[in-house]
Amino acid sequence: MKDLLGVIMLSGIYGLLSASFFVAMDAVDVAFTEASVGAGISTVLMLAAITMTGRTENPSRHKPLLALIVVLITGGLLIYGTFDMPHFGSAAAPVHTHVAPRYINDSMQEIGIPNIVTSVLASYRGFDTFGEVLVIFTAGIAVLALLSVVRSPDRMAKIDSLNDSMHGEYLILRIVAKMLIPFILLFALYVQFHGDFGPGGGFQAGVIFASAIYLYSMMFGMSTARRVINQTLVRLIAALGVLLYGSVGVVAMLNGGNFLDYSALSADPVAGQHLGIIVIELGVGLTVASVMIIIMFNFEGRRDNLQNKDNEEA
Amino acid sequence: MFIGLYNYWIVVVLMMVGFYIVIAHGNLIKKIVGLSIFQTSVFIFYISLSKVDGGTAPILAEGIQQYSNPLPHVLILTAIVVGIATVAVGLALAVRIKEAYGSIEEEEIQKKDNIDC
Repeated sequence: MKDLLGVIMLSGIYGLLSASFFVAMDAVDVAFTEASVGAGISTVLMLAAITMTGRTENPSRHKPLLALIVVLITGGLLIYGTFDMPHFGSAAAPVHTHVAPRYINDSMQEIGIPNIVTSVLASYRGFDTFGEVLVIFTAGIAVLALLSVVRSPDRMAKIDSLNDSMHGEYLILRIVAKMLIPFILLFALYVQFHGDFGPGGGFQAGVIFASAIYLYSMMFGMSTARRVINQTLVRLIAALGVLLYGSVGVVAMLNGGNFLDYSALSADPVAGQHLGIIVIELGVGLTVASVMIIIMFNFEGRRDNLQNKDNEEA
Repeated sequence: MFIGLYNYWIVVVLMMVGFYIVIAHGNLIKKIVGLSIFQTSVFIFYISLSKVDGGTAPILAEGIQQYSNPLPHVLILTAIVVGIATVAVGLALAVRIKEAYGSIEEEEIQKKDNIDC
């Protein structure tokens, strides 16, 4: 396909499909994340990118034969490698014999929450998750460094009138969005705070929250969204989330435990675990949501800036 | 007897589709789409490893004996969100390349570089 718009729409559908794969394979938490990331956020970001880079691919060169040979050889070797792998769904596979039984059997006594995925994510492997949150934060900073533009106030007014006339026509979409957005935000909060008991947690809640903001700014124009959401505040919140996560670890250290050992947070180890998980999930949710919002605002801000330049030249 | 391995074959096919897009196409946006397909195939690989026959989602409840393995779920959950953040950085780079070179086709970019030096 030479039309990139079609390519991106297909990849959105693919994202939703792979989310249903994950449900079929019992990974409800993962499916949650993939549905909102693969079908929602990545589609919007790619669309924002092609508005700036052009929507058709050049019908140029293409040496498919060489690429095809390489791909076939690699694929053949990989398939050959699978012959030694354990069968799909077999309970005796090596993955299930190492630490997993301990997580499944002991996490209720040690952590005291039913969702094992959350207790592994936040407590047993809290260090890894801290690293992941830092990576997301760094990606947000990288996008800021690459795309941020300084805007002057008189240009702002020009963008306003442009956007208002553009979005005045989508009346039905706007009203439906207006009704949906509060519920999406509420659902994000539910996913955030109910993550201990059902599927959910900070990562999912962060992306769902951000997708509500994406919907808002698509429907009502970037300038309105920019007035509603303070950019500086969002950047502060992104940093605050990481800081919250890290400071839980430091508090645990001050109380005599190891870094991120929540049992030291309270006299009762299980209560301490619970407290620690809620606070760090909050930190994760804050960082993820605000980094996603930062990324989108910078893409859109860049585009407005380019359009303004074109207008001035014309 | 090989039929029990079909999950790996689906993963390999998806992975090779993504790989082919990355190496055969010159358009940077398409390369990023290919990379994300490649990435999803790895996610599916991990999740399919964690599946146990007769198991349910790893949320503890009364009367359930067999759970799927929660550890791969945790790894992939965070990997998806990190993945979208890195895709965003890739797209941002593509946008800057477009501004600097006027094109996101690999060949044209290389041509321009060669003229400059």
